[in-house]
Amino acid sequence: MIELVLADACTACGTCITACPANVFDAGADGRPHIARQDDCQTCYMCELYCGADALFVAPDCTGPTPLDAEQVRAAGLLGQFRRDSGWGEFAASHPNQHWRMDQVFRMARDACAP
Amino acid sequence: MPEDRIALQTDVLVIGGGMAGAWAAIAAARAGAAVILVDKGYCGTSGVTATAGPGHWWVAPDARPQAIAARSLAGAGLGDAQWMAAVIDLTWRVLPTLASHYDFPRDEAGALQYRGLRGPEYLAALRRLALDLGVRVLDHWPALELLRASDGAIAGARGLQRQRGNAPWQIRAGAVVLATGGTSFRSHLLGAHNNTGDGYLMGAEAGATLSGMEFTAAYTVAPLRSNMTRTMSYAYASYTDAGGRALDIPAGPDNSRALARALLQGPVFCRFDRMPEQVRQWLPTISPNVMLPFDRWGIDPWRDRFEVTLHTDGTIRGTGGLRVTGADCGVGVPGLYAAGDAATRELVTGAISGGGAQNSAWALSSAHWAARAAADFALRRGPSALALQPLGQAGLRPAKNARAVDARQAIAIVQAQMHPYERNLFRTGAGLRASAQALESAWTELRDHGHAASDALRLREAAALTASARWSVAAALQRQESRGMHQREDLPASDARQARRLQVGGLERAWVSPDMQTPAAPTTTQDQPLASHP
Repeated sequence: MIELVLADACTACGTCITACPANVFDAGADGRPHIARQDDCQTCYMCELYCGADALFVAPDCTGPTPLDAEQVRAAGLLGQFRRDSGWGEFAASHPNQHWRMDQVFRMARDACAP
Repeated sequence: MPEDRIALQTDVLVIGGGMAGAWAAIAAARAGAAVILVDKGYCGTSGVTATAGPGHWWVAPDARPQAIAARSLAGAGLGDAQWMAAVIDLTWRVLPTLASHYDFPRDEAGALQYRGLRGPEYLAALRRLALDLGVRVLDHWPALELLRASDGAIAGARGLQRQRGNAPWQIRAGAVVLATGGTSFRSHLLGAHNNTGDGYLMGAEAGATLSGMEFTAAYTVAPLRSNMTRTMSYAYASYTDAGGRALDIPAGPDNSRALARALLQGPVFCRFDRMPEQVRQWLPTISPNVMLPFDRWGIDPWRDRFEVTLHTDGTIRGTGGLRVTGADCGVGVPGLYAAGDAATRELVTGAISGGGAQNSAWALSSAHWAARAAADFALRRGPSALALQPLGQAGLRPAKNARAVDARQAIAIVQAQMHPYERNLFRTGAGLRASAQALESAWTELRDHGHAASDALRLREAAALTASARWSVAAALQRQESRGMHQREDLPASDARQARRLQVGGLERAWVSPDMQTPAAPTTTQDQPLASHP
């Protein structure tokens, strides 16, 4: 579930409010998103992917909230991982989309796991 | 109509902005229609494609007879070779037209790779292409009900704006395409939260019927407490019980029954210890979301054993949906068409899952047939000022006295019938009858009394989930045999006399009847030009 909106990184662009398919954010008076309906979060990480400022963090537990310390998450280098590995924005050249290899991976699995 | 209801008009209204809806909007716009697409969430992140990595049924012309023959056999007699051929052909010709907006990669040999696309980029490309073609995309505009014109044709929908205080809207349209997706009955299947079967209920209220609803017994593995139902890595999995003893569970993909049997005995643990180093390195740039739960929980999935569970796929990797009545993907109601998981996929998948290939190809091609027919219908009909009747019942206009009905409680009843392995995967007549009773009671309450003073969307979702589950269980009870993913513990054999599709419907009394007709398949020669741009 969505757990963190990092105020110091957020640029108040409003993209996450629009992009969240479950409508979990509301805009605050300062334009920054706040988590208004955490229960509705489907843990799809799409808000992180669309956040160019890497100001959002989703915990993997889709069954309930996870207490988190923002500084620990930041120190662990976990912010922006989805956007980076997806090759979005400034990561386009360093992280090319290799999704097309999926068929090859399944072929390799059949070979590796053959009895 | 309330004074504050926003009123719009268009030729084609597409309800749903996932893969099928976005393709339908594109196809209708290419056919010359004015198009509005409404989505419950955001077209680009909504639906189960955006979080996945859809491969399409991608078969070169000379390999098609063999592929179709293999699928016909696997589909246990419920598929149709002509529909399969049409789907393969259209997918092959249309998917490359997305090259203006999706960067199809080349492999090491320099060959362009079209078959598999990454979900977020795929949906973002479809959205941009739709917008470039002039489609009006309205996000966070869930539809609640269809509208019927006084000539009997479906002519629009009503809904609300989630991000504007639930302000109501009405869109008058010359034709409507339902692309609302399937439903996993509110399981933790990745990306499925908005997929509550809304189109099944709206379609039925308009007079459509459903088919294939008994084929909802699909399950997908995920780390416990996670919804990461991405299966590629599990091709390299080995499984153990709580004591560390190896479990005899094949690596997949068809291992959900073995996994479920083990899970009924106790916790099951997994690791990807057979995954080669090369694949480990590729993984984050093949499927960037797969490692997110592991990295955030500090799990090394190649070394550490992590506990797993199974999530219901319902009709999403199952096959059921609105029954199409012809090559136009109409549903037997003038002006109303269905695309993607909102429609039954039995014609191309048969009685087994179409996940991974057939379903994506079906979403793309049914969207095209539905959208072109909708555009043609709307353009021939022209602008209309006929009186409109709203068709919503359960949750909006109850049959008896309106009173508060608890949406959460209704959804919990649906989940309790459709999620447990011993109920929906290992089916028995007794279990199904108990489910039917629980669902009938929940449905009767919603249909007779359901009316939301404030949160109409949530109650309509509960109604659609309950209606969908009720039809699924009714069809599963009627199919007194085992076939494809529908496996009856009490009737383990297939019965050749039941090798036909089952129609199901009914808002008052649920009914099931053998389907004696196969709709005429689209022919490739009747296809219009596909795109006006390169």
